[in-house]
Amino acid sequence: MRIVMAEDLALLREGLIRILRANSFEVVEAVDNGPALIRSLTTHRPDVAIVDVRLPPTFTDEGLRSAIEARRQIPGLPIMVLSQYVEQIYARELMSDRAGAVGYLLKDRVTDVDQFVASVRQVATGSTVMDPDVVSALLTHRSTDPKLLELSPREHEVLTLMAEGRSNAAIAARMFVTEKTVSNHSNNIFTKLGLKPSEDDNRRILAVLAYLQG
Amino acid sequence: MTDNSGASLSGGSSPSREGSGPGRVARSGPISRSALAQRMSLLGWSLVLLAGAVLGAVLATLWITSISIAALGAGIPLTLLATVLVRWFADLHRQWAADRLGEPVPARPYQPTPDAGWPVRLWTILRDPATWRDWIWLVVNSITIWLSCGLSLLFFVVGFVYLTYPLIYQLTPSQVFRTPMGEGFRLHSVAQSFGLVPLGPVFLLLWYVTAVRLANLNARVIRALLGPTEQARLRARVQQLATSRAETVDTQAGELRRIERDLHDGAQARLVSLGMSLGLAEQLLPNDPQAVQQLLAEARESTSSALTELRDLVRGIHPPVLADRGLDGALKALALVNPIPTTVVTRLPGRLPAPIESAAYFAVAEAVSNAIKHAQAQQIGITVEFAPHRGGAAGELTMLVSDDGRGGASIDSGTGLRGIVRRLAAFDGTLTVDSPPGGPTEVRMSLPCVS
Repeated sequence: MRIVMAEDLALLREGLIRILRANSFEVVEAVDNGPALIRSLTTHRPDVAIVDVRLPPTFTDEGLRSAIEARRQIPGLPIMVLSQYVEQIYARELMSDRAGAVGYLLKDRVTDVDQFVASVRQVATGSTVMDPDVVSALLTHRSTDPKLLELSPREHEVLTLMAEGRSNAAIAARMFVTEKTVSNHSNNIFTKLGLKPSEDDNRRILAVLAYLQG
Repeated sequence: MTDNSGASLSGGSSPSREGSGPGRVARSGPISRSALAQRMSLLGWSLVLLAGAVLGAVLATLWITSISIAALGAGIPLTLLATVLVRWFADLHRQWAADRLGEPVPARPYQPTPDAGWPVRLWTILRDPATWRDWIWLVVNSITIWLSCGLSLLFFVVGFVYLTYPLIYQLTPSQVFRTPMGEGFRLHSVAQSFGLVPLGPVFLLLWYVTAVRLANLNARVIRALLGPTEQARLRARVQQLATSRAETVDTQAGELRRIERDLHDGAQARLVSLGMSLGLAEQLLPNDPQAVQQLLAEARESTSSALTELRDLVRGIHPPVLADRGLDGALKALALVNPIPTTVVTRLPGRLPAPIESAAYFAVAEAVSNAIKHAQAQQIGITVEFAPHRGGAAGELTMLVSDDGRGGASIDSGTGLRGIVRRLAAFDGTLTVDSPPGGPTEVRMSLPCVS
């Protein structure tokens, strides 16, 4: 799988490359600023891009802006955004084209290498992955929503995992239940929230996130 | 994603409250009832002030006479008494001028009179420049008042007299009111006197147009002569700066201590424990790979916790989203994660200076968290607006945080507003609270700034 990476801190860049290569990804180019990222993405058209939010020259949200700009030029280009902190507002902007194939994770999630690698692959295949911090903030923000209060604790757990971007199979493995049970839970959730049910994992994740973001 | 969740973000406009100083009513175009009422009230004031000026002249004379006989002994208590009267009289005028110009009443400029013998008191009073400024004002005022209030009153009376001239002609004995323009122009009949009636409206119009301006002119004379001198103003300013600086230094030292403690007990300690785990793992690697795996997992956990703590710390120092997106974006981000539905309206000319952004952000965030903690609100509104001063980049940033909660908030009730006041004071900012019991609450903050 071909990857373009943007990270300005050499220490983190080398660490990430090491992890990715060890997991048989091919890092075709690693850049350290926004304009170079857009250039690299449009020339290499990688399977997935891994982008740090804060990049030179502005040292603000250059990485995020460049990623969104690149996706405007190449619709649906899979992008995984990493950051030292997560913000709802950035999650919103990343997902605003409703095309999926985006990830938004805290940098320290990389330390759980297996999970991180799985997330990168998920994004590459068009799925959406949100950091647990983003999801928990969304749930706090909607804590007074009567529809969400109707969910059982089990359903709530499934909803949280789904919003983080996990497939039914992954949720089943994590909760030590069968995929059939998860599927039942998720049908209940969709009914209670008044959403159109879908068999496709990716679409389900997008629908749940869209609901939580209002 | 759509923007119409609990946090609806818009840059639209909302009605802004217009301060209604006494001077502004006058500019409201055609003759309205309130404009007329205002002028009639000013007319009344003209009479009072003219009478006051006469009294003032008497006071000035009394005062200067008592001083000149102070050497005789009896003059001393008389001077002290006259001084009290003069100062009271001057205070009344300060108050009137401040009301007229829509400004805050200036502080009394007098030096405190010591609790000592009469000669010492007299000496203090004589050495106080404010005493002499009062006296000069009394003298000047007894002249200038005729050019402002006197003129205004004259326009009105003359206008009224001309308007009713035929009546006056009729009612008064012959030889009186027969030469309205001096000896060269004599009226011989009522019919002739009607020729003067058109002059009435002319003078009344003159009165109407000039009334507010002449009253303001008088107020300005009072302000110039009785207001604080540049020196007094500077002294007060220095005092205020010294106080706010001391508070700022205190607050900052406290913040630094807190950060130091957080780092010491948090991230630093975690790195030490991380190093220990890794050291032990290295030692155990040849003999006990099982234990090493356990240690490595713990080490990873430790880095995660350290990062979480550092992140929280950084947010408290300077939120990254504020650096990225400025005040506008940071407030919207704040609204998005608020458990209570929050609307944000901003009218800003791009980015503001970083210290202002930071001060404004933390002030608003603190006010919002106050509302969450104490108000039991259903809805919070944040309005942030930059109003430039005329002809320049400098201006005033106003921040309004309102909620529909139970009200009863005040700066002194220990609900965190005091802390905001201190933070803002470092920038000459202010905070006012309007929070009747039962709500709603409105916290209005302002920061002067150069955009």
